[in-house]
Amino acid sequence: MIALESIGIRQGCFELSDISFAVEAGSHAVLMGRTGSGKTSLLETICGLRRPTAGKIRLNGVDVTRLPAWARGVAYVPQDRALFGTMTVRDNIGFALQVRRAASAVIRKRVLDLAAFMGIEKLLDRSPNDLSGGEAGRVALARALAPEPDVLLLDEPLAGLDEETADQMIELIESLRSRSSTTILHVTHRRAEAKRLANRIFVLDAGRLRELRSSEIARTPPEAP
Amino acid sequence: MNAFFQRPLRWILRTADTGFLAVLAVVGSTYILLILGLLLADLQFLFPDVAPALKQHGLSAPLRITWDSLWPEAISKAVSSPEIRYSIKLSLITCTVSTILSLVVGIPLGYLLARTSFVGKTLVDAVLDIPIVLPPLVLGLSLLILFQTQLGKWFDGFARHWGGDATFFATIAALLLIGTWLALRLRSMFQRDQWLAGFICSAAILVVVFAAKTATAHRAEFYRLYAGGITFQIPSIVLAQFTVSCAFAARTMRITFEQINPRTESVAMTLGCTRAGAFWRVGLPQARRGIITAASIAWARALGEFGPILVFAGATRMRTEVLPTTVFLELSIGNIEAAVAVSMIMVVAALIVLLIMRAVGIRGNRVV
Repeated sequence: MIALESIGIRQGCFELSDISFAVEAGSHAVLMGRTGSGKTSLLETICGLRRPTAGKIRLNGVDVTRLPAWARGVAYVPQDRALFGTMTVRDNIGFALQVRRAASAVIRKRVLDLAAFMGIEKLLDRSPNDLSGGEAGRVALARALAPEPDVLLLDEPLAGLDEETADQMIELIESLRSRSSTTILHVTHRRAEAKRLANRIFVLDAGRLRELRSSEIARTPPEAP
Repeated sequence: MNAFFQRPLRWILRTADTGFLAVLAVVGSTYILLILGLLLADLQFLFPDVAPALKQHGLSAPLRITWDSLWPEAISKAVSSPEIRYSIKLSLITCTVSTILSLVVGIPLGYLLARTSFVGKTLVDAVLDIPIVLPPLVLGLSLLILFQTQLGKWFDGFARHWGGDATFFATIAALLLIGTWLALRLRSMFQRDQWLAGFICSAAILVVVFAAKTATAHRAEFYRLYAGGITFQIPSIVLAQFTVSCAFAARTMRITFEQINPRTESVAMTLGCTRAGAFWRVGLPQARRGIITAASIAWARALGEFGPILVFAGATRMRTEVLPTTVFLELSIGNIEAAVAVSMIMVVAALIVLLIMRAVGIRGNRVV
């Protein structure tokens, strides 16, 4: 569960103020908004990669505002995927467990499970630099899921994918929801994606956040696809 | 009138672009030819018999001439002279030590400048440029003056008493760290059935153990190094070289880290790494090529450093004589052949560094 209370973010002349919302555990919220409206900055603040100028963040009831990123239990898949190019796909996925010094048998099993779930077993020993957009997206998602996070933040997971690959990705994310109780906050500017996946839709506009009621979703074009 | 000018006009328009490029090529090639000319002139000076042999025998020259007779006496004499041998050894050791120090300091500095913003960052950036633009002799003189101040004299005294111990234990600690790291890697390599890599790793561990044993056996040497203080002694060579090459190393590492996607380290932090962990596991491995380039630049710069060493370390034969100093001293007594021979040794070293850089390091501006 994610709760933001009066969060303020400032970077140079860009500013967000009094951002508040609450997303229940296990639900899937979508954040939409124009390019440059601060969606990625908000995600980074929730992750702990950016410090808010005001307000509090609660994850599963715990106040994490002062906690560094590695103590929050939030997984993040950025828009450019940011895969670790010097390691194999296998090591990318197993990274979080390696950092926690899990037994190598445990790591191997989890990596194989996740790879089977994502359909990327054949890619395990490849270098991330050789992957296509869709493959990289799946590896990034697997890497984020390895430590079984409470909260998953996705920044434009379907960016740059053709329709078929994008559909496969949407199906993966749907089956992910049925498998675990991870709370997902998902940034996109495609309405179709939002409508299909989201329980709740928020829009970031001119530094303010508001929620879209279901009747508004069809009419409001926050961003043309 | 129009029809009369059309043919030549069209010709000019067609060749104008080619002409423009040709002019650029001519201007640029004068410099390339100058550098090549310098190298060829040196070679010609050392191997005076090659050119006439080629002229006489043409393309069959390689079969006709006996290679032994061509090898210039100058190089053999140079390599067998004890002063020059000492100079080569000292250059190799001091350059390697100052390169390692430059990396140890330059990598953190480059990382901080690339990833963080802090009060005075612009100042630090400007200060890093100073050793690069300052005339080398001025740098050497400043070092000399620094060691005449109270602080400098204190440091000199400190080095005389504790320098030997400090360097000895630092070397042993570094070797232990490297050995431990290698041992851990060895364990994970064998877990993954990487037998060849494990074999190489074992060999590396043996080398480290051997180095530690040699260092311990030669502990007295460490003390003798610092017995005379710093100024005009061997440690001053390393200090002078470090002062210049660290600036280059830090600059290169800054460019390296600026080109590495900082998001990879951010993601590593969300996956459970502290900042240090993210730097060590994700940032540094991506900087591999940059590190090799920084090391190559630092090493080459340290090898060629002459001004600061002349002023700060002096030019004492068999004591503070490095290769550039040898060239200077040989020239000053009129022994041009020996000077050119030693220069060629440095040219070969520079070419090797160049090869390494081009093979493994940064290409143009791309780092990763």
